[in-house]
Amino acid sequence: MEKSAVFSSKLLPYLLLVPQLIITFVFFYWPASQALWQSFLREDAFGLSSEFIGMENYQALFAQPEYYKAMLTTLVFSTLVAGLSLTIALLFATQADKSLKAAPAYKTFMIWPYAVAPAVAGVLWIFMFHPSLGTLARPLRWMNFDWNPLLNGNHAMALVVMAAIWKQISYNFLFFLAGLQSIPKSVIEAGAIDGAGPMRRFWTIIFPLLSPTSFFLLVVNVVYVFFDTFGIIDAVTGGGPAGATTTMVYKVYADGRLGGDLGSSAAQSVVLMIIVIALTAVQFRYVERKVQY
Amino acid sequence: MANVALRNVHKTYPGGVEAIKGIDFEVGDGQFCVLVGPSGCGKSTLLRMVAGLETITGGDIDIGGRIVNQIEPADRDIAMVFQNYALYPHMSVYNNMAYGLRNRGMPKPEIDTRVQEAARILEIGALLDRKPRQLSGGQRQRVAMGRAIVRQPKVFLFDEPLSNLDAKLRIAMRVEIRKLQRRLKTTSIYVTHDQLEAMTLADILVVMNGGRVEQIGNPLEIYQKPATTFVASFIGAPPMNLMPLRDAGGFKAAGGDGILGIRPEDILLLNEAPAGGLALNLTVEAIERVGAETYIYGVRSQQGDAPTVSAKPGELPPGEVIVRVPGAIAPAIGERIRATAPREKLHLFSADGRQRIDL
Amino acid sequence: MVEHRPLNDIIAYAILTLGVFIVAFPVYLALIASTHDAATVISGNMPLLPGSHTLENYYRAVFVGGSRTSREPVGHMLFNSFVSALGIAMGKIFISILSAYAVVYFRFPFRKAAFWIIFVTLMLPVEVRIYPTYKVVSDLHMLDTYAGLILPLVASATGTLLFRQFFMTVPDELLEASRIDGAGPFRFFKDTLLPLSMTTIAALFVIQFIYGWNQYLWPLLITTQDSMQTIVTGIKKMLTTTDELAEWQLAMATAVLAMVPPVAVVVFMQRLFVRGLVETEK
Repeated sequence: MEKSAVFSSKLLPYLLLVPQLIITFVFFYWPASQALWQSFLREDAFGLSSEFIGMENYQALFAQPEYYKAMLTTLVFSTLVAGLSLTIALLFATQADKSLKAAPAYKTFMIWPYAVAPAVAGVLWIFMFHPSLGTLARPLRWMNFDWNPLLNGNHAMALVVMAAIWKQISYNFLFFLAGLQSIPKSVIEAGAIDGAGPMRRFWTIIFPLLSPTSFFLLVVNVVYVFFDTFGIIDAVTGGGPAGATTTMVYKVYADGRLGGDLGSSAAQSVVLMIIVIALTAVQFRYVERKVQY
Repeated sequence: MANVALRNVHKTYPGGVEAIKGIDFEVGDGQFCVLVGPSGCGKSTLLRMVAGLETITGGDIDIGGRIVNQIEPADRDIAMVFQNYALYPHMSVYNNMAYGLRNRGMPKPEIDTRVQEAARILEIGALLDRKPRQLSGGQRQRVAMGRAIVRQPKVFLFDEPLSNLDAKLRIAMRVEIRKLQRRLKTTSIYVTHDQLEAMTLADILVVMNGGRVEQIGNPLEIYQKPATTFVASFIGAPPMNLMPLRDAGGFKAAGGDGILGIRPEDILLLNEAPAGGLALNLTVEAIERVGAETYIYGVRSQQGDAPTVSAKPGELPPGEVIVRVPGAIAPAIGERIRATAPREKLHLFSADGRQRIDL
Repeated sequence: MVEHRPLNDIIAYAILTLGVFIVAFPVYLALIASTHDAATVISGNMPLLPGSHTLENYYRAVFVGGSRTSREPVGHMLFNSFVSALGIAMGKIFISILSAYAVVYFRFPFRKAAFWIIFVTLMLPVEVRIYPTYKVVSDLHMLDTYAGLILPLVASATGTLLFRQFFMTVPDELLEASRIDGAGPFRFFKDTLLPLSMTTIAALFVIQFIYGWNQYLWPLLITTQDSMQTIVTGIKKMLTTTDELAEWQLAMATAVLAMVPPVAVVVFMQRLFVRGLVETEK
């Protein structure tokens, strides 16, 4: 889409673009290309000298069992968080959609966790499930369940997943509710007249009509799990215990910061960039399709 | 006060599409010129070229003796009323009208005088503090007019200003625009696709099609003597009946094929055609009664369709003919009727429809 | 819904109530914890009703400083958070409304290229390029400065896309009417486009304020002095001691303080927030 009515100034548009372009080049393109360049270098511990080593960082990276473990962790983490938060949000949204009167008020109650910082959400959940002082850890202990997310990797993962879901439900809920409310009531009534009961109507009419929203949310959720959950993981587990909750993004941070291995960290950044670009490409195809509707 | 002249004006878009293919006409000082044509004929583009909103790729546009091809819209001394009014949604009615004057650095008291005067003329004095969204369609239209009037420009440009109004309001505003223009005596160019609006408003009517002018003249002249079949079918409703005529020799010594035209209102339901006139046998297919008159849709059969005038009659293929008769008297559906027209009411065009042939 | 069965309604309300409970409970616990003394919170038997140490806890958190490891009073961290959230939100709005204006309302060589240069930044969040960005900021001597907290996060395409989308919906005739009324690019922007964009600006502001306020990784990396910490990074530092020493009641008071501004923005500007959220994702 293009405007047909425009100004004809020669210099002005460049002046208008300058602030954004400067910021973009200094803080985006330059660092991104540095990451790419650095991924082919080996730096000494003090960053004083570096040598070009080609693909060695990548070879070393893909020879690391920890890296595969981080990939697997990321996969498990993304699947659980995206799958569960979408399902739960859809359940709430369909219930809220039933009552037009309650929906707006309910929306207010549901959306505010979006505003809570991931790191703060992490702190809330670790407090709730802290093995020694957590309010919800108590019932688990009474049931003789040896709950300890600080030592047990699976428990840690469960806690991080719960906190991540908690934060994401509100976002998914908002979009699902909007999607549901945009389905014309007459279509659902037609389904009822055709003899479909509520459950059947949901699976044969509502769910298919909702699929563009669902697909869009799926991509957004995967991106969310990849990047925005950093704060949750850092606050709740710090990637532990024993790397059980170290996702790929967390590993970029941990290897660069704690290990000081900038070459490997840069190589990991590049791998992540490729994954994100692939995800965005998927999202793009979806957007294109949406335009054609 | 100024006249507007277009000389061999062309517009070719960067993609190579030629929207305006060489147009010449002149609007005299104080005249009301209407550009009419189907959508896509280039009439709006042409108006926007006069306004300076579209560039001119060939020829000259002259306003008040000054060639304005390279002059900014704001400096052409024109004012424009847009189809969607283009009122500034965030400004009050008063500010909508005053904005252009302020940008020109006019002193406040004078702006106020002009706005109040325009508001009085258009009877929108009570609305000056409202925002456009609080106005009805007709009121917005008036504000758009007011914004043009306060400028006291050399030329008013109207781009289908009434097409967003309902039918009744459209007629009322049409009359008002004409009265206002007579009173202010400002040269005006008005674009519309509505031939009725065109007929009633214009001093000079310019009928356009496919980026070209089909005919220029006063409205009645165009109605009575359309220069091409396009004009014949575009001006007048229901449109003129056009019938391909194989071997038009009977009408004109020129010979060859042609197109015969007859307006629905010129057809008489008589058994015998006047001398040299036309007689058609029709089978009635549909009837529309609109009260004051009745439209009869008939299908022509071939026998006896020959114009009765000539020694060597031309032939008409079968086709539909619309007849317009006064009152509510009408034949029954399926009935066979005989339709005739006197020779002086017949129109004859060349076979490509581009040329009128005098009978 | 089509059927009217009381049982359906009861189930629906039960599920919705459960939803509200799940969403609210963690925050409720934090609120409660921030009203008890340290011993009660650590005991593992904290009551579910408010205690009597509210004022003391919040006073200590805001004015004295959270704990033994982080001596920065939360009041100052709140200030830092406000400065950086406002800076990020306003910076984004400023640079993106100008660039969108250029891209939509002008035709010039490299227009498409400029748009793509900006657009591509959508794809790579700061998390994937943290260290090189850190190095740039460090080379520019912007570690431990507000500029360092703000500027790298201002570079993003979201705002430009949002404004571009809005500008495309502004009728062309408004620009044409302005031109006939004698307004050039500056006047059209100031008198017409900017006033019309106010809702979009507000919606973007709400979203970006929350985004800025909730930043964690970036401020964590580039602030080394306690005095430059934001509140979101500050909480975590309160807890990075052995459990016995962590003062959970102060951490929870801090968490509550960290949540109040963005949550208030979402709840009180709900319509703008939803609009901003939906439109930045289109």
